[in-house]
Amino acid sequence: MSSRAEPAVAASGVRKRRGPLTWVSRDGLSTLAFLLPLLLIFGIFSWFPILRSFVMSVQETNLVSTPTFVGLDNFANVLGDPLFGTAVANTAYFALLALIFGYPMPLVLAVIMSETRRFRSLYSALAYLPVVVPPVVAVLLWKVFYKGGSNGAFNSILGVVGLGPVQWLGDAAMAMPSIVVEATWAAFGGTVIIYLAALLSVPPELYDAAEVDGASILQKIRYVTLPHLRGILFITLILQLIATAQVFTEPFLLTEGGPGNATTTVLLLIYQYAFGSSLGGHFGEAAALSLMLAAFLGVFTAVYFWLTRSWSTTS
Amino acid sequence: MKLSLPSRVGRKAPPAEQRGIVSLADWHRRRIRWTVQTVHVLTLILLIIVGLGPILWLAKAAITPTQDTLRQPMALWPNGFDLSLLTQAFTKVHIERYFMNTVWIAVGSWMCQITVATTAGYALSVLRPRGTRLLYGLVLATLFVPSIVLLVPLYLTVLDMPLVNIKLLDTFWAVWLPAGASAFNVVIIKRFFDNLPREIFEAARVDGAGPFRLFWSIVLPLSRPILGVVSVFAVIATWKDYLWPMLVLPTPANQPLSVRLPTLERGIQLDLFLASLAIATLFPIALFLIFQRMFLRGGGLSGAIKG
Repeated sequence: MSSRAEPAVAASGVRKRRGPLTWVSRDGLSTLAFLLPLLLIFGIFSWFPILRSFVMSVQETNLVSTPTFVGLDNFANVLGDPLFGTAVANTAYFALLALIFGYPMPLVLAVIMSETRRFRSLYSALAYLPVVVPPVVAVLLWKVFYKGGSNGAFNSILGVVGLGPVQWLGDAAMAMPSIVVEATWAAFGGTVIIYLAALLSVPPELYDAAEVDGASILQKIRYVTLPHLRGILFITLILQLIATAQVFTEPFLLTEGGPGNATTTVLLLIYQYAFGSSLGGHFGEAAALSLMLAAFLGVFTAVYFWLTRSWSTTS
Repeated sequence: MKLSLPSRVGRKAPPAEQRGIVSLADWHRRRIRWTVQTVHVLTLILLIIVGLGPILWLAKAAITPTQDTLRQPMALWPNGFDLSLLTQAFTKVHIERYFMNTVWIAVGSWMCQITVATTAGYALSVLRPRGTRLLYGLVLATLFVPSIVLLVPLYLTVLDMPLVNIKLLDTFWAVWLPAGASAFNVVIIKRFFDNLPREIFEAARVDGAGPFRLFWSIVLPLSRPILGVVSVFAVIATWKDYLWPMLVLPTPANQPLSVRLPTLERGIQLDLFLASLAIATLFPIALFLIFQRMFLRGGGLSGAIKG
C-alpha cells in the first residue's frame, strides 16, 4: 500500500534517507517476522553449535566446572589414543568393503531393470523395500539372522550345504563384513533408484547411432550407457564415502564396536569419548575428533558441491 | 495439479517409444531375447529373495512361537501359529505408546521443518531483504558441516539453552527444534519459490496483498507439490533417526520406537520382540505403498540435482 507511493518518493531524492521509520513502512517488520524462524532455529541449533564445537575442541569441558583453555591438548590426546588408529582403520575398512559389496551391484541392477518392458515399478518397489524398513528394525532383524549357533537363520542355510556354523558377529574377522552386508542391504535400493532415473534420461538417439555403427548390446553399455552415467556415478561414490565415514547405528547395535574393538568406527569413538560409560564426559576430545572428521569429509563435500554446481550451470 | 499433467501424459506413451539399450532389432533375435528374458527373471527372483525375503521372514516370525523360530528359523511354514503375539505386543510391550511417541516426534519435527523452510524460503526468494545473499550463504555453509560435528555441542545446548537457560533434555522439543535447522529443506523450497512466476506476485501486490497474504494465499498453495515431497522426507527422516533421540530422550516413556526397540531386545521373549519389530515396520511400509511414486521419484530427485 505504501509501496505504491514509493516511486514518487524515490524520484524526489528522499530515498537516500533510510531511517527506521521508512524501514518499517517498507515491510521491514514483516520481512523480519518471516526471517525469525530461520534466524532462531539455525542460530541456536546450527550456527551456534558449529562455532561452539571449535571452542570446545580447545577447551577442557566437563559439565561440572567452568571450561578451561587447553590449547591443542584435545587433538594431541585423540591422536595419541591407540583407539584412534584402530577406529580410522576400521572405518576405512568399512568404507572399502561397502564399496566392493555395494557400489557396482546397484549399477548392474539398474541397467537390467531399465530394460524391463513390463513390471518395472514392481522391480523398483522390491529393490526399494529394504530402504523403507526403519534402520534400527533392519539392524535388529539382521542381528537375529546373524545368530551364531548352528540354528541361526544364516547358519541353518549354510548347514544345508554342510558349512558353518559361522560366528558372524562374534568373530573379529567376520564381524565387519557382516555389518557391511547388512548396511548394503539397507541402502542399495536408494542407489538403484537414482541410477534408474539417470538411465532413463540417456537420449535414445545415442543408442540408434551406436547401432548404425554396429555396436552389440555390451558395447552399447560400455560406450553409451556408462559414459552417460559417469557424473552420477561419481556423485554416488562421494555420497557413499561421506555416509560410510559416518557409520554409527549398524556397528553400535550389532556389535557395540566389538569383538575386541574390531568394529569400533570413528563415530563410535566420538560417542564413547562423549557419552560412553568408561571413557565418557571427554567432550573436548569428542569435539576435536568430530572436527578432524569434518575437515576430512569437507574435502569430499566440496568436490561434491563443486561438481553438482558446475553441472547445474552448464546443462 | 496442472503442473504434473505433462509427466502423466509422457508415462502413458506407448512402450515402443521408450527404447533402451536393447533395440527392436536385437529383440527379434531369438538368442538375445532369450538371454535378456532369463536375466530379467533371475533378477526378479533375486530381488524377491533379497528385498522381500527378510520382510516376509519377519512377518512369519511375528506370529511364530519362540521355540519354532529358534529351532527351525528357515522353515517356510511355521508349525504353530501364535496370533496372540500381536496383541501381546500391545498389552505387554505397550508398543502403541512408543508408536505414538514416534508419531508425535514426527508431527512436531515436520511442523518445525515446514515452518522454517517455507518462511525462510519466502523471505530469501520473494521478499529478498538486504543481506539475503549472506544469509543464504550461511544456510548453504551448514550443508558442508557433517551432522556429527553438531552432536556434542548440540547436546550441551539442549542440556542448557543459551541465554534462556531452559533444559530441553527429555522433552520432544529437543528433537523437534533441531530438526528445523535443515539447510537441505530451505534450499529446496527456496529454489522452488525462485521458479514461481513473478507476475503473480506483482499482480497480488497491485491488488493490495501484503507480504503475509501473499505468503498464505498465493505462495503456499502454489507450492503444494514440493511441500508434499519435503513432508514425506521429513517424516521418514524422523522415523529413521536413532542416535539423536537416544541421547536426548533417556526416559523410556518418552522414547520413540527406534530408540526403544534395541533396549526391548534384552528384556522380552524373541517371538514377542520379533512381533514388535514387525509392527514397527508396518507403518513405513504402508506409507511407502501409498506414496510409492513420490518415493521412487523423490529418490531419483535426491541424486539428479542437475534438474
